[in-house]
Amino acid sequence: MVKKTKSLSLNFGPQHPAAHGVLRLILELDGEVVEKADPHIGLLHRGTEKLIEQKTYTQALPYFDRLDYVAPMNQEHAFALAAEKLLNIEVPIRGKYIRVIFCEIGRILSHILNVTTQALDVGALTPSLWGFEERETLMTFYERASGSRLHANYFRTGGVHKDIPLKLVEDIEKFCRSFPKIIDDLEGLLTDNRIFKQRNVEIGIVSKQEALDHSFSGVMLRGSGVPWDLRRSQPYEIYENLDFKIPVGKNGDCYDRYLCRIEEMRESIKIILQCIEKLPKGPVKSIDNKISPPKKDDIKESMEALIHHFKLFTEGYRVPKGDVYTSVEAPKGEFGVYLISDGSNKPYRCKIRAPGFSHLQAMDYLIRGHMLADVPAVLGSLDIVFGEVDR
Amino acid sequence: MILNKLQTIEKTINSELSSKIKDSTIKYDELLIETYEKDLIDVVQFLKLNEKCKFRQLIDIAGVDYPEDEKRFELVYLFLSHEHNTRIKLLIKFQLSQTINSITKIFPSANWMEREVFDMYGIKFKNHPDLRRILTDYGFKGHPLRKDFPLTGFNEVRYSEKDKKVIYEPVKLEQNYRNFDFESPWEGTNYMKEIKKTDKDGKKN
Repeated sequence: MVKKTKSLSLNFGPQHPAAHGVLRLILELDGEVVEKADPHIGLLHRGTEKLIEQKTYTQALPYFDRLDYVAPMNQEHAFALAAEKLLNIEVPIRGKYIRVIFCEIGRILSHILNVTTQALDVGALTPSLWGFEERETLMTFYERASGSRLHANYFRTGGVHKDIPLKLVEDIEKFCRSFPKIIDDLEGLLTDNRIFKQRNVEIGIVSKQEALDHSFSGVMLRGSGVPWDLRRSQPYEIYENLDFKIPVGKNGDCYDRYLCRIEEMRESIKIILQCIEKLPKGPVKSIDNKISPPKKDDIKESMEALIHHFKLFTEGYRVPKGDVYTSVEAPKGEFGVYLISDGSNKPYRCKIRAPGFSHLQAMDYLIRGHMLADVPAVLGSLDIVFGEVDR
Repeated sequence: MILNKLQTIEKTINSELSSKIKDSTIKYDELLIETYEKDLIDVVQFLKLNEKCKFRQLIDIAGVDYPEDEKRFELVYLFLSHEHNTRIKLLIKFQLSQTINSITKIFPSANWMEREVFDMYGIKFKNHPDLRRILTDYGFKGHPLRKDFPLTGFNEVRYSEKDKKVIYEPVKLEQNYRNFDFESPWEGTNYMKEIKKTDKDGKKN
């Protein structure tokens, strides 16, 4: 006699430490094997795109910090680039260098968080304790540049808000000299660790073709052996003048993605050091006062500067009619902004392309046939942050 | 360099699909192709498979709402080609009542993107495997990204101490959301202009 079995539905999250935020995953299990996964997202939906339509371009920028909140400035970057493309303005060279420095800091911030929490999900506690200490240091750099640890609001259309002090540059350099040691330590804990390998090697394998079909980008794509990085293939800012490598995985499993992230942190350190070495002097934002506000000293002396200031902070600047798509290589993948302007001071439509959205979509395909215990491992390696998935 | 590449692609598309292409423009180094909604599947298929195009990755689908236009909605499909290192935007315009063919068969990742468009704009897709709301709450009504949907929404939630659960109530605002219009800051905002206008009219009468 054949016994009939019924599959079990399991509700994973939205309050679960391994759900990385507010993911609700409806799993259908046959014993311990996952038959189907249906992610329910939107529990952190704040209507960012709708809100941006009601705000001027300057006011819209802080919303981008709140998308992927572990690497805020990378998001701001995409929006700033979109507005600059429509306005056709050039960022001064020092501004570009500072942007790149902080984007790479953002990449390290995000990768530390991901690597260590992925380790936490599969049972290793120590890496997160070591990693978060470094994150704290990096966030003080954010704070010293922008005044805020997380929601920086530092980039502006046409450059960055304020110049960074010399002492900060020195401290960032000091950090870059000491940080590779920390990466070595983390690797010492994880890379050859038997348990970590058992939990990650050959779990959640993505083939090249599947990675393309599922709109993967960033590490998810490179982990599967596709050498694609927007910093290299469609360079923006000054990336074409910098010397860095693109780490590419072989097997497309969780372990390869972990290795890619570790290597990317090392490359980011190299990029920051190169930028610090070359860091030129000069203005950090566009000198066009129709776009960027004048200096405080000028406001006190010049009537024209005062008018510019007043106009910029009431009306904002107007952006010519048109539509552009700009994208940056954010830590999690291709982060893009599709911006439509109707010629007024507010965006008509701002579609945000979040890498995590397409990555999470593939959850069902990735987890099918795996064990229940692999769910956190796969989820961890997807590098999901709900701020950007739910928008 | 990029411009040349885009021009060749534009030429290829225009010559091979002449009857299906409504318009094509290159602006800001970006290629925008407009097609008819009935030909969408064919065009997408062509963009994916043609040797000169090879747009094998769907980046995103963006809905746009123009309430004044007869063809109210626009969908913009963004594609990327790794082989040729180019991007393309594919545009369709259509009316509220029309249903659009789903491209999930060609690009599996279109699944959630189309669900998002359905959720935000109420655009329906034919042959979509699972067209449910995705970002909004369970049981949500309305389509928030339409221009006629108010920013403050219709319902708000709070925890009721009496009922011991989260309850939904109509939005109550002490003050309406004010949309400042800075057409000319010297003359004040629109509502100020209206007040001034009624004052003037009042005097005349």
